[in-house]
Amino acid sequence: MDAATAEAAVVTWRLARRPDSWITRLFDYKPFLIGLCLAPAIGLLVVFLTYPLGLGFWLALTNSTIGQRGHFVGLANFISVLSDPVFQLSVFNTIFYTAAATVGKFGLGLWLALLLNHHLPFKSFLRAIVLLPWIVPTVLSAIVWWWMYSPQFSIISYILVNVLHLRSTYINFLGSAWPARWSLVVANTWRGIPFVAIITLAGLQTIPPSLYEAALLDGASSWQRFRFITVPLLLPILSVALTLSTLFTFSDFQLVYAITDGGPFNTTQIMATLAYQVAIPGSELGQGAAIAVAMIPFLVALTAINYFGLARRKWQQGPANE
Amino acid sequence: MSEAAAGDELLSWDSRARRVVTVYVPLALFVIVLLFPFYWMTITAFKPDSEMEDYAHHSPFWISSPTLHNFNVLLFHTQFPRWMLITISVAVGTTILSIFCSVLAAYAIERLRFSGSTHVALAIYLAYLVPPTILFIPLATMVVQFGLYNSPISLILTYPTFLIPFCTWLLIGYFKSIPYELEECALIDGASRWQILRRIVLPLSVPGLISAGIFAFTLSWNEFIYALAFIQSTGNKTVPVAVLTELVTGDVYQWGALMAGALLGSVPVALFYSLFAEYYVSSLTGAVKE
Repeated sequence: MDAATAEAAVVTWRLARRPDSWITRLFDYKPFLIGLCLAPAIGLLVVFLTYPLGLGFWLALTNSTIGQRGHFVGLANFISVLSDPVFQLSVFNTIFYTAAATVGKFGLGLWLALLLNHHLPFKSFLRAIVLLPWIVPTVLSAIVWWWMYSPQFSIISYILVNVLHLRSTYINFLGSAWPARWSLVVANTWRGIPFVAIITLAGLQTIPPSLYEAALLDGASSWQRFRFITVPLLLPILSVALTLSTLFTFSDFQLVYAITDGGPFNTTQIMATLAYQVAIPGSELGQGAAIAVAMIPFLVALTAINYFGLARRKWQQGPANE
Repeated sequence: MSEAAAGDELLSWDSRARRVVTVYVPLALFVIVLLFPFYWMTITAFKPDSEMEDYAHHSPFWISSPTLHNFNVLLFHTQFPRWMLITISVAVGTTILSIFCSVLAAYAIERLRFSGSTHVALAIYLAYLVPPTILFIPLATMVVQFGLYNSPISLILTYPTFLIPFCTWLLIGYFKSIPYELEECALIDGASRWQILRRIVLPLSVPGLISAGIFAFTLSWNEFIYALAFIQSTGNKTVPVAVLTELVTGDVYQWGALMAGALLGSVPVALFYSLFAEYYVSSLTGAVKE
């Protein structure tokens, strides 16, 4: 090594060690850094989530219409909405839709997860294609269901009548209240099964096989193994999935909007579609906001029920499992 | 000995038959039911009008003379290519914005460790539980006030509200798995916080970034209610909204074109998903486990 390169190395080393400029020090100052890192996320969430949530409450107390700032009218919107039979029907429909679809999704999803948990050929391929209904845009698959529910050309009716000979007439799926409600529940269940199945499967795979072996040695039946090992160990993950699933089913919009749009005669109108119909095409922003706000107590109650279910589990397991 | 072997064989045959009935048959039924709508969508998209509604002469499960007529109508007689372009730009724009915000937020919460960081994390998680259906009415009034009505920018700004909570939560989980020692070594070597984030934390959490990115992309592709409420002009709609509102005209439903639209609108997401299926599954399960 000659003297020149050694000197150059010293110079670069000195350059590298020069005292930090104020901007570098500012960026290493922790409170500043924390603020800077949190600012974009918190900023966006406050402006487009927290503020509109508050604005929604305010709008519900005014008689705003599209293009016109309303005046404060107190609880008038809530009073008129609550006494409206269409709103009452929509509350019933939403609860029915959520309850029936959740039972279907979790029952069938759990079963599918247990099936997929066996040793199977092409397991990861199967798992991937099973998730498809959940990936594809809901509205687009809802349009397919709408086509499959067509009164004259329904492929489901065709299978039942012409292939299986179980019925003699085509079913008018969306023509009257209860068939239409059940049709929506089936479409929603179809879309939700993969979500439940994949999450449950992930939970199943974390259960150590040694527990099942120990239970086998102790002479437990397959039902007992399911009841006393699988279910308790799955509960925490199922509870989170249940919270998300019920919340998103309760506040669902697109599936119902695409398949029935609340019809026939509002018998499948759920709260979200009613809020949309009143607020945007009907341009009664205040009334629509009141309907949307009326969903909040239900959502809070659903979360609380699930949360305390989960909290109780944690308490049983003890704090070590946190 | 031979008796025992015969017994074994009988047992194994019995258990195999049992396995077929309890596992393979239900599994096959599940797969058929879950995939049939896609089959039906695809086959309808390629059917000529004459076969579409004539089940007596043509089996509905197959196509006698497949045609591209429906795609022709869709691509050259509607604004479908434009809707596609808008949807892609909105999805890409939101994904970049959400990942940028989420990486910074997750890094601050998980790695910078300040008092109250768990509360911030909880608040962000709670934001995930606020559904778009209770926000779209006030957001619509805000969008009008900002002069963003009918503009896809309104979607790029509002979609992160449901993407940031999810992605942040996911990335917190990934950052947690990176050992602190790496960061401490870098600090001793004189790296700044930014260098640590860029050179150490981000490269190590690439799988997490991919998962979050895929998730953000699919969710913004699928979003419906904001796109329906904020955009009225035909040319600026996203694919899911446009297929439903522009292709359903009057009383005669053009099932062929509708199915072709549904198929083309689903293919990009399905393709994207099939490339990264493992990441997708891990993001889905990872975020729930956290």
